[in-house]
Amino acid sequence: MTTAMVKSEGVHKSFGSVEVLKGIDLEVKSGEVFCLIGPSGSGKSTFLRCINHLEKINAGRLYVDGELVGYRQKGDKLYELKDSEVALKRRDIGMVFQRFNLFPHLTAIENVMEAPVQVKGETKSAARERAGQLLERVGLADKAKNYPSQLSGGQQQRVAIARALAMEPKLMLFDEPTSALDPELVGDVLDVMRDLAESGMTMIVVTHEMGFAREVGDSLVFMDEGVVVESGHPREVLTNPRHERTQSFLSKVL
Amino acid sequence: MTTDISKKGPEDTPPSSRPEAIRAIPVRHYGRYVAAVAAIAALGAIVYAFSQGDINWNAIPDNFFDDRILRGVRETLILTALSMLIGVVGGVILSVMRMSRNPVTSSIAWFYIWFFRGTPVLVQLFVWFNLGFVFDYVNLGPVYKDEWSDFMTPFLTALLGLGLNEAAYMAEICRAGLLSVDEGQTEASHALGMSHGKTLRRIVLPQAMRVVVPPTGNEVINMLKTTSLVAAVQYYELLRYAQDIGTSSGATVETLLLAACWYLIMTSILSVGQYYLERYYARGSSRTLPATPFQKIKANMLSLGNRSGVR
Repeated sequence: MTTAMVKSEGVHKSFGSVEVLKGIDLEVKSGEVFCLIGPSGSGKSTFLRCINHLEKINAGRLYVDGELVGYRQKGDKLYELKDSEVALKRRDIGMVFQRFNLFPHLTAIENVMEAPVQVKGETKSAARERAGQLLERVGLADKAKNYPSQLSGGQQQRVAIARALAMEPKLMLFDEPTSALDPELVGDVLDVMRDLAESGMTMIVVTHEMGFAREVGDSLVFMDEGVVVESGHPREVLTNPRHERTQSFLSKVL
Repeated sequence: MTTDISKKGPEDTPPSSRPEAIRAIPVRHYGRYVAAVAAIAALGAIVYAFSQGDINWNAIPDNFFDDRILRGVRETLILTALSMLIGVVGGVILSVMRMSRNPVTSSIAWFYIWFFRGTPVLVQLFVWFNLGFVFDYVNLGPVYKDEWSDFMTPFLTALLGLGLNEAAYMAEICRAGLLSVDEGQTEASHALGMSHGKTLRRIVLPQAMRVVVPPTGNEVINMLKTTSLVAAVQYYELLRYAQDIGTSSGATVETLLLAACWYLIMTSILSVGQYYLERYYARGSSRTLPATPFQKIKANMLSLGNRSGVR
């Protein structure tokens, strides 16, 4: 339980001349729920996207499960990984997006089946059976044949979680999973995430749901302007923030 | 219609009967009457003019299934299909080249599209047709060598002229389709570990099709009509055969009208096909698929039957 699933050492990221991440150092332990909070534009989503190499980092080192993200080190030289190698590593990292990004031309169950069939080469019948189980787990067994446009936002997000779980990842990334939802639909999605946390999944959650962070989170990091301002146990940071910037942020959102 | 609205009503008013419907005298649109009369008069005048003309109407049904006409129809359809095939394949390749990060391929694609869209297709056909004046033979080294006139048949002239021109248009249609798919789709697919190729084939292209199919259908219909231009480069298709029959039988206008009828029949059939194709690719993008004409007719029949029962 003490091995680091994600380790970040001085990670920098710039978009053009704008520096979004200014040296991020943190460690996510295996099996923990790691919450990232902070004002918008603080770089938390960008950091999350660096973890599965949707964004390339400019400096520093980022490790997932002990292996460098996006590069291979030989001696003191770094070699960029081929697209196929990057894809291979992404199999083990599930990602859930703020805007769901379900495939609109596929039904709910086809969305969940797509990657196991196309990437892992599972047979359709095996994938369909497991997809059915996953949809049941997120409480949507009866919506299997519906297209995303026929589902509510909360239902779509739960299908998206099932889709990510279908690849049996060892790490799940959540990028503000409830920010695009109507308030009354947030609860269903958080319930599914809570279940997942209890099953021992390593989760990194960018969120504005302080209740969820306090209740389910094992660690919490407050980021602002591309740096980690404060970190610790969620209950501690949320009730007794030490840093002034954390205090002013929390006073606005709580 | 006996819903219990009084139970949850904000005030305890007794359930009233329906409010009285408004009966007002509608505005009279006199302009519309005038326009309708004028349009009918113009139409009548045209019909009258044609009835006075010296037209042998019987020549149309007499020649409608003439062997040469049927052969022309077949040639037109083959030429349309093959030119569109070249157009679509070329268009996909050009659009991928155009969107690639390689500046050389993207500039070449840009130049191709600029050239072939910017010059009239008839001019392009004449250029292909007359290349024999500048080339004596085709020499592809050890692979192929032949006299130019044997190589560049009227069929190949027509096919290259139409197909390569079409590729430029299809390239822009395909590019618009690929750009229309949200970037989040690619990201989600990559995040699941799918390769670039699989992402393109399984996720992006099927969604791009919804944007690509309607204009492509229009292109097919346009192509069917544009094939008539190749009559100018000695290729025998519907128009050319019709003209031949016209000059030999003296019924010039009649056979041209006959050809027009055939074009109308073919474009009408294609439009129906296009409708069903669009409907297929709309699945998932709208909550309910639009009804097919048959379903509409069926629904109308049913509601007609019910209407008498309701009142």
